[in-house]
Formats: sequence, C-alpha cells, structure tokens
Amino acid sequence: MTARADDELWSAIADPSRRHVLDLLVRNGDVSASWLAGRVPFSRQAVSKHLVVLERAGLISRRKQGREVLYQVQAERLDQAARAMAELAAQWDRRLGTIKRLAEAAHAENKRKQEKERS
Amino acid sequence: MPSLTIERDVVIEAPADVVWRTVTEPDQMSQWFADRVDLVIEPGARGYMQFGDQGGPVVVEIVDPPTRFSFRWNHPRGEEPVAGNSMLVEFTLTPEGDERTRLRVVESGHELRDWPDAEKQRYADEHLDGWAEYLDRLVAVLEKRRSG
Repeated sequence: MTARADDELWSAIADPSRRHVLDLLVRNGDVSASWLAGRVPFSRQAVSKHLVVLERAGLISRRKQGREVLYQVQAERLDQAARAMAELAAQWDRRLGTIKRLAEAAHAENKRKQEKERS
Repeated sequence: MPSLTIERDVVIEAPADVVWRTVTEPDQMSQWFADRVDLVIEPGARGYMQFGDQGGPVVVEIVDPPTRFSFRWNHPRGEEPVAGNSMLVEFTLTPEGDERTRLRVVESGHELRDWPDAEKQRYADEHLDGWAEYLDRLVAVLEKRRSG
C-alpha cells in the first residue's frame, strides 16, 4: 500500500461513527443511506459524509437500483485494511521485543559491574 | 478518549528504571524505534524522528519516571502533531518484583469527534478489542455473509 492510500484508509477507519456505518454495511450489505440513517445516533447528513469518505478510501462502493442508491462493502479493501492493522500490531511486538532484549542486556551488564565492584 | 487503539505488552526481566532508560533515552530509542531520534524527554518538548528517508515531528506529552511516558507522532506526515491528526504512543511500566517489569504500549488514533459523550463511552465499551481484531471480525462476518 502506498503511504497516501494508507493515510486515507487509516483516517477512514479511525472515526468510530464511520466504523459504525461500516459495521452496519458489513452485516447488512446493499442498503441505502436512509436505511443507515435510521440505525445510527447521528444525522442523515453525517451518514452521507461518512459514506463519501468510506467510498473514497475504497472500503465501500455504490450502485443504483431504480431511484435508490445502495451501498456495499468492498471485501478486498477491508481485507487489506485488516492486514495493515495486524501489521501495525506486529510492528509493536517487534519493537517491544527489541526493548526487552536491550533492557535485559543492560540489566545483566549493571549486575556484572556491581559484582565486580563488590569483589 | 482515543478511538482506535493497538495494545501490546511484554514482560522484561529487568527493574523498571532500566526499562525506563531503554524506552526513553534517545540513543536507545534509535535502536528500537526510529533510525534517528532528536528528542528531549520533557513534557511539551518538540523533537524529530527519522525513519529511513522519511521523518516527522514528535511532541512529548507525559514524562513520569519510571512509570509513564507518552509522545505524539505524526500521521499524516508533515503536519504538526496535535490531537486529531496524529498517533499517541503511551508506555506504562509496572514492576512485577525487583527485577521484573511489565511494559505496556498503547498506540491510539484520531480522537472521537462529533459524538455525544454517552455514545462515545458506549461505543468504546463495545469496541475494547484492538482494531486489528475489530477488522478481523468485520472481515470474518463479511466472508460468512458472502459464502452463506
């Protein structure tokens, strides 16, 4: 993923209202903005804004059915997002692993020094 | 209250003050975090971190030795890190004996905005899992729906 796409994906999912909308779309698929607006604690206008951001990040797509516009989740992009998030967690595991190695080595070194001073 | 969080922890066989120095001293940080760290460990201090050929500003928030240290770093790159556009990294050190420390890190994303407090709390309660798990769950539900 490019840094730019990463940023867009990140900010799209970072907002809990948007995750709420995304959650509803995952569970129900193919629904309209009005249907969503009836199930969230924020305005129809806010729902529309969130849909625009989610669509721009590639997480959802829309299609027309008669006079209605229906939204659905883009599975591949969501998979990609899940992998990106898992990678962030793995990155922290690696960092913590390095901190552990450094701190334990420093501690062992301190103890060696102390023992040397005592003897 | 932050919205998206990654939480990890590790048990280290060393006293908290040793772990503290490893986590906070810039020359140590450059061994586990960024390639180059220019930072004074003081609340409010502004610094810079270089990752490969990219870099960005960092702002120190809490310095409470040897138990709490936090800083904000930039996301997206290039802007001044403030609440709303950046990631907050918080370290908590908990002694578990004389020579053992649990180190916990929480990285959290954009703050909740435009959301009533009660709703914030409710939603946060429902989504205590890390976001990786949250997205995994979304993907799992989606796969089930597609195959079913």
